[in-house]
Amino acid sequence: MWFFTSPRTIVFGEGALEYLKELEGKKVFIVTDKNLRKLGIVDKVVEQLKETGMEIRIFDEVEPEPSKQTIERGAKILSEFGADWIIGLGGGSCMDAAKAMWVLYERPDLTIEDITPFEKLNLRKKARLINIPTTSGTGADVTWAVVITDTERKVKLELASKEVVADISILDPALVLDLPPRLTADTGMDALVHAIEAYTVQWKNDFSDALALRAVQLIFKYLPRAFKNGRNDPEAREKMHNAATMSGLAFSNSQIGIVHAMGHSLGAVFKIPHGRSVAVFLPYVMEYNLSEAASLYAEIAEAIGITDGSDEEEARKLIEAIRNLMKEIEEPLSIKEMDIPREEFEAKLDELIEKANESTGTIVNPRVPTEEDYRKLFLYAYEGKSVDF
Amino acid sequence: MPKFPSEEWVKEFCKLLNENKEYEEATKNWEGDFLFIVTPDEGLDKEYVFYVDLWHGKCREARMLKSREEKKTEFIYEGPYSNWKKLIKGEIDPIKGLLTRKFKLKGSMMKVMRATKAAKELVATASKVPTEFI
Repeated sequence: MWFFTSPRTIVFGEGALEYLKELEGKKVFIVTDKNLRKLGIVDKVVEQLKETGMEIRIFDEVEPEPSKQTIERGAKILSEFGADWIIGLGGGSCMDAAKAMWVLYERPDLTIEDITPFEKLNLRKKARLINIPTTSGTGADVTWAVVITDTERKVKLELASKEVVADISILDPALVLDLPPRLTADTGMDALVHAIEAYTVQWKNDFSDALALRAVQLIFKYLPRAFKNGRNDPEAREKMHNAATMSGLAFSNSQIGIVHAMGHSLGAVFKIPHGRSVAVFLPYVMEYNLSEAASLYAEIAEAIGITDGSDEEEARKLIEAIRNLMKEIEEPLSIKEMDIPREEFEAKLDELIEKANESTGTIVNPRVPTEEDYRKLFLYAYEGKSVDF
Repeated sequence: MPKFPSEEWVKEFCKLLNENKEYEEATKNWEGDFLFIVTPDEGLDKEYVFYVDLWHGKCREARMLKSREEKKTEFIYEGPYSNWKKLIKGEIDPIKGLLTRKFKLKGSMMKVMRATKAAKELVATASKVPTEFI
């Protein structure tokens, strides 16, 4: 037995934001960040909400990799305000923050650490959640994961509950038209990793497979265009926006693997943006997984038109295609290229391994790594050396 | 061949855990004892309770208890006999078993979610016990 969980409604395409005009309620609480406010994106949302006549309160203090303290502060303001709609507006940090604040608002008796699949949260007694992504990558608008940073332990809390999946996700391509190229590349690679891991982990299933494969096709076709052409290519922007959410649905209903386990670890220890810290591991982990997952990688390869060869040959060509895509969108191909000195990296190696080992991605990966495997993988990815073990 | 559930089975399980290097590596930082509770179905007449004390990669103690009240532990992992059989045969993933409510877990979920590899090795070792089911 397994299940597929998604928002009740996904509104997408040009003008999707207008859906907000149809909301009924008294108070709406927007969880976002200062940058989006400065860019005028919050105003675009507020403009639509004004037509509902609801009272609007904006919490714009979400930082990248939001901390427990920020969540608790936001939840307190939310509780005093008493909203019946919560909107997570932004990248993964804002949407995850909205999910966590929502839980603490509905259940003041719980702590952030109680957001686990085994705790009955009984949400939706006070409010419902809408997510509006402003990047095309995290998939956080549709997932049941909540990533919050415990700044004291220097660790990302990988929290999850089916109940925090938003009621509505709104994918309006106008919100990502002006995404800077660097962010387009990082978040787009995050979406690609989601799709590839969703398709190859041990918990993969027919539903997640379908979404993952289509997402990979869209990303290979449209990510380079979105990166190069920016707002001059609205089709590429819209397709990437859809692909990111499809990847989110795919991995949320299967799992992520060790690309994410290692990426989360690197991101937490060296403060590297999520998409970039994850993307750098993808080719190395795929090489490591070849002994267990060549046929699955070959299926992905075939979906993007690589059809000549054995499973392993096609899988290797897919890895090469990913490296070429990363070069095209100027993603670092090794950790060394991220300007992390080797001595500093080696000094933190045990910590990196320990954090990666704690991730659930470790046990559902097609090949389950030992600590020694992790050590080598980190070192190979640092040097940019192809995996041969 | 030890019968499941029995004192003989849990002793053999503990012995194999202590011989398993992968288990030792995956649980080297783990501190916490468990009650494993097998609730009756499919011909099992009553509830069976195992006490298993896991400590830094080793099984320090394992025995059958008379009842769940006999000992307070940090964690309780509980499910019906039919699901335990599937778990031991490797037909249920231990974490997926929790997500699909085939098993219930009481204790710090955060601690367990950081030790999923340990859970997997624990079950992999249980599968290695030559087991006769009733």
